[in-house]
Amino acid sequence: MRSAQSQFRTALFDPDIAVPRGLLDGLDRPAGKRFDVYRNNVVMSLKEALSHSFPVIEKLLGIHNFSSLAGLYVREHPPADPRMMLYGAEFPAYLEGFKPLAHLSYLGDVARLELAQRRSYHARDATPIDPAVFSTLPPKVLARAQVHFVPAVHTLRSLWPILDIWHFNMTDGAPKPAARAQDVLIARQEFDPSMHALPVGGADLIEALRAGTLLGDALENIEQIHPDFDFPSLLGLLLQTGAIGTVTPINDQKD
Amino acid sequence: MFDATRARRPDLPNAPGVGYKPQHFANILEAPAPVEWLEIHAENYMGQGGRPLAQLRHLSERFPVSVHGVGLSIGGEGALDSEHLARLKTLCDWLSPASFSEHLAWSSHENAFLNDLLPLPYTNATLERVADHIDQVQDVLGRQMLLENPSSYLAFRESTMRETEFLGALAQRTGCGLLLDVNNVFVSATNLQLDARAYIDDFPLECVGEIHLGGHDEDMDDHGAPLLIDSHGREVADPVWALLEYTLARSGPRPLLIEWDTDVPDWPTLAAEAQRGARALAHTP
Repeated sequence: MRSAQSQFRTALFDPDIAVPRGLLDGLDRPAGKRFDVYRNNVVMSLKEALSHSFPVIEKLLGIHNFSSLAGLYVREHPPADPRMMLYGAEFPAYLEGFKPLAHLSYLGDVARLELAQRRSYHARDATPIDPAVFSTLPPKVLARAQVHFVPAVHTLRSLWPILDIWHFNMTDGAPKPAARAQDVLIARQEFDPSMHALPVGGADLIEALRAGTLLGDALENIEQIHPDFDFPSLLGLLLQTGAIGTVTPINDQKD
Repeated sequence: MFDATRARRPDLPNAPGVGYKPQHFANILEAPAPVEWLEIHAENYMGQGGRPLAQLRHLSERFPVSVHGVGLSIGGEGALDSEHLARLKTLCDWLSPASFSEHLAWSSHENAFLNDLLPLPYTNATLERVADHIDQVQDVLGRQMLLENPSSYLAFRESTMRETEFLGALAQRTGCGLLLDVNNVFVSATNLQLDARAYIDDFPLECVGEIHLGGHDEDMDDHGAPLLIDSHGREVADPVWALLEYTLARSGPRPLLIEWDTDVPDWPTLAAEAQRGARALAHTP
């Protein structure tokens, strides 16, 4: 037999299932509608958490559609633990797998952008490297250095103009997005994450650096694929947004 | 049983506090009166850094802070989530709060967190289990915890104890303190047709380390009977203030928290509720 809390939980998420037996009102009559208070609390609070976390998806779908979809999602993917700030990690993939929305192929990546912003907001604090210090490093040392990013940095690659879509929905007067691929850098200077479009190849370079590739090697690889790659402007962006934490020269060359 | 002598005694002042909302950060630093302490929901401060933790660090330098957990599922059938308990320990070790409290409720089951405080029957078996969970919490945190009475919308046929009896037995067995939510008492008493003052008379008031007050909504059940919902989305209702006075007359002054979690008002509105709490405390013998 299933435990009492198992039955309670199943009935919470399915209004078509009868209220578990043994639940009463104050006069020992079946609890009836009183059980719906818990049904409402659970589903509404989880839906509100999703709506709070994915405001652009809610705008794109409309409040009514978002609410219906969220109702399905929270039943299939309740939070794994009580940290609601982490809730919704499977939502981007869920949007992509939801057949009636298959024509809105960009939704998943826009949701990933919103998720990454939230992760950046709660990421561990770290002091970025001082651009003045960075500029004193000789090019030879830099070429054989590993570049470490602060924890609040995220990159996203998309076939869709996800940053333009985000601004079109959240920033007054932002232009209508034009069809194009867009890679995005998310950084956080003090407390508020900022988002920046990355030049072509920028996300590849950052990912290579994160994997521990030396800066010189990573740049060489990128320039082979994108001969016009503008490293100085990307470096300017990374320094200006406080994205780089430390630079570690690697001395593995024998004399 | 938890040895209270090795615990930091709760040192929340017998004064009004409020549930902290980030939109009130500047108001609280500029003109907190009559609010003298703050309560946070533990789970909102389990990120790695950023503004939430920075604000909390700042506030904890100025005010006594109460850490109020809403996700430990102390009334759950299964074992406590040891990872979540470890996160609570990390937070409490970092913050050294004046108080830590949780609920007589369950909220997680089979690896799903349901984000609500769900009810349990009051039997010898559930008493045993909840007492074990409280022992574990107090051992891991190395401090006394307060356990809060729930708001009830229904009762269990299998219950063999009154809630006050159940809470009293838990306090006696585990050495935990109690958090008395007077609005929850009013909500439960209305919903289950019990006498709220008799509940207070039965409550082990000597164990109460903190009192909660919040607003509720009104609905109706299938039979047209009033069904109050503990929504924390408005002013505390007048009969709840009356029940508070009744309680304070018996308990003496206690740390008094105003909870307002949804449709959060501007600071002056919240401070006015706290001021009403300050008056109630001032009239306490």
